[in-house]
Amino acid sequence: MKFLEIENLRKVYGAQVGVQHFDIAVERGEFISFLGPSGCGKTTTLRMVAGFEQPSAGSIRIDGRDVVGLRPNQRNIGMVFQSYALFPNMTVAQNVAFGLKIAKRPDAEIKPRVAEMLQMIKLPQLGDRFPYQLSGGQQQRVALARALAGSPQLLLLDEPLSALDAKIRASLRSEIRDLQRKLGITTIYVTHDQEEALAMSDRIVVMSEGRIEQLGTPFEIYNRPRTRFVASFVGTLNILRGKVIDPAKGVVRVDEQDIRLDQQIPNAAPGEMRAIALRPEAVTLGETRPDRNAMKGTIEEVSFLGAIVRIKVRFKDNLISLDTFNSSASPPPRRGDSATVTFAPADLQVLEGVEG
Amino acid sequence: MAQMQLDAAALPLAQPRRMSFAFLGVVPFFVFAVMFLLWPTAFLMVGSFQDADGHFTLENIYRLSEPTILNAYKISIEISVASALLGAIFGFFLAAAVVLGGLPRWLRPTLMTFCGVASNFAGLPLAFAFLATLGRTGLVTLLLRDFVGFDLYATGFNVLSFTGLTLTYLYFQIPLMVLILTPALDGLKREWREAAEVLGATSWQYWRHVAIPVLWPSFLGTTLLLFANSFGAVATAYGLTGSSLNIVPILLYAQSRGDVLHNPNLGYALALGMIVITGLSNGAYIWLRARGERWLK
Ligand SMILES: Nc1ncnc2c1ncn2[C@@H]1O[C@H](COP(=O)(O)OP(=O)(O)OP(=O)(O)O)[C@@H](O)[C@H]1O
Ligand SMILES: [Mg+2]
Repeated sequence: MKFLEIENLRKVYGAQVGVQHFDIAVERGEFISFLGPSGCGKTTTLRMVAGFEQPSAGSIRIDGRDVVGLRPNQRNIGMVFQSYALFPNMTVAQNVAFGLKIAKRPDAEIKPRVAEMLQMIKLPQLGDRFPYQLSGGQQQRVALARALAGSPQLLLLDEPLSALDAKIRASLRSEIRDLQRKLGITTIYVTHDQEEALAMSDRIVVMSEGRIEQLGTPFEIYNRPRTRFVASFVGTLNILRGKVIDPAKGVVRVDEQDIRLDQQIPNAAPGEMRAIALRPEAVTLGETRPDRNAMKGTIEEVSFLGAIVRIKVRFKDNLISLDTFNSSASPPPRRGDSATVTFAPADLQVLEGVEG
Repeated sequence: MAQMQLDAAALPLAQPRRMSFAFLGVVPFFVFAVMFLLWPTAFLMVGSFQDADGHFTLENIYRLSEPTILNAYKISIEISVASALLGAIFGFFLAAAVVLGGLPRWLRPTLMTFCGVASNFAGLPLAFAFLATLGRTGLVTLLLRDFVGFDLYATGFNVLSFTGLTLTYLYFQIPLMVLILTPALDGLKREWREAAEVLGATSWQYWRHVAIPVLWPSFLGTTLLLFANSFGAVATAYGLTGSSLNIVPILLYAQSRGDVLHNPNLGYALALGMIVITGLSNGAYIWLRARGERWLK
């Protein structure tokens, strides 16, 4: 039995579907992200786990206990909101102590616990400040301490960093992850930022239109996207359109050049058009080798991004971007030059679904 | 280089010129305030300390402690407190129902429009409206008597009384409370309630520890504003009760109208007392409001 089990969860608002066919099993101590574009149902799912929304159908079990129908205050959950949601009339210390006070813990226990939590979020001096006297990043850390003070069994975070600026976002990201590891608390993290999800998560749930598109480790999601949606949402991937030539041997034709895959193409018929994902860093320029695919094209664009140079190579209809390191010894090609790109069969990923 | 010096020299000139244009816009306000607020207030204050011949005296101030006058202040304050408290409580529940109650969407703008109108409905028209409905021969009184068989006046009710005046004041007090408190209630974030809830709090605990403390300054401040509002409402009181109810605005009116009681300098002192009381409650209102807004940023 897994720690958190969600089965066939569904939420409809009148005729509109918010979430459907949502199944997931989370290990104790795991850090799971819900990743997807705006309106895909991340918050709705999280709020059903918290108990703010009632599912239209399906079950949610936390540690073996069915929580559907329990009020949020009966679920022993910690939650962090995008807008911090600190109580404005209380000091930082009072905010952190709130859950413990409600639980009627003795003062002798609350005081050291609050001090410990403030130490943990590295704001030991600020206990007497009011929320409006703190920066956004500090407020969110206090919100985290408040959520964790009562040792909840599950931590839910809904886009906790999206109101902060980029620098603080990056540092707070690793702080949250460190804390989560240290406490070993099972965590669901909602975000629409793929970089955040890839950097932090044990596993990622990629969502689209209320459904799970793919569930996997960051490595799987990034390297083995299953659908065009995941491929385009998760990375700056090249997506090629190719015609299936031999599904059994794994051969496709892209702009009249045959390329090989390292596996069969499941559920494909010869002649079908399919989308194929290819990461820019798997592509190199020049030098054909027998174990690699090679395609001939024309340089369309060369852009310097500091340490790396991004080169776009045009074939007939398709375009491949690749990154090379900037080196003074080998100057990059020029626009209009003809070029050969190579990539390993293992780096190609045929995506699900026939292309129109 | 020369260009830069020129710019630097031009700067301090440009600044005040722009300022003076902006001031031009508020000149009418200042003229108005001086003519109809500051000048009369100063006139009153000086007059309160003068006798009929213009000599300095504390006589008028002493006379404020005469039983009739003291009693008038007492009744005035009582009516104002009653109408402010009742207005604040009913207004609060009305505003809370509309903002937090999940009522139909059309209700809120409708109520707000009504409150906007009703909160300004005072003076003779309001007094007349109440006389015409709840007076001894008012429409509602008669309808109740003839169709429901309920004789309102047999219960001791009289619109020309403490209760009647308080009831009449409520007509603008409740809407005013709704208008001022609605934004404060809107300022209660949904996430506060939810954060409290996941931390284990019940709905009542959320209200007790978060919502009420956050709203308290606005609520108290607005109650003070309501107090000042009814304390100074002379036309409604006079229109409704004539001189039958002994409250300060009516006493003051009597001093200035030139009947038997005519003594303008005592009138000034009466008015000064009102200004002091109104000023204190408005000052407290402003202070509390600033406290409330600090949180709702
Ligand atoms: N109370 C509601 N009434 C009607 N529809 C709703 C309600 N709440 C959410 N929805 C709909 O459900 C869908 C999922 O919304 P949700 O808030 O879960 O998206 P999200 O993934 O969190 O998006 P975002 O990144 O913008 O926060 C949306 O289409 C939304 O319009
Ligand atoms: Mg959301």
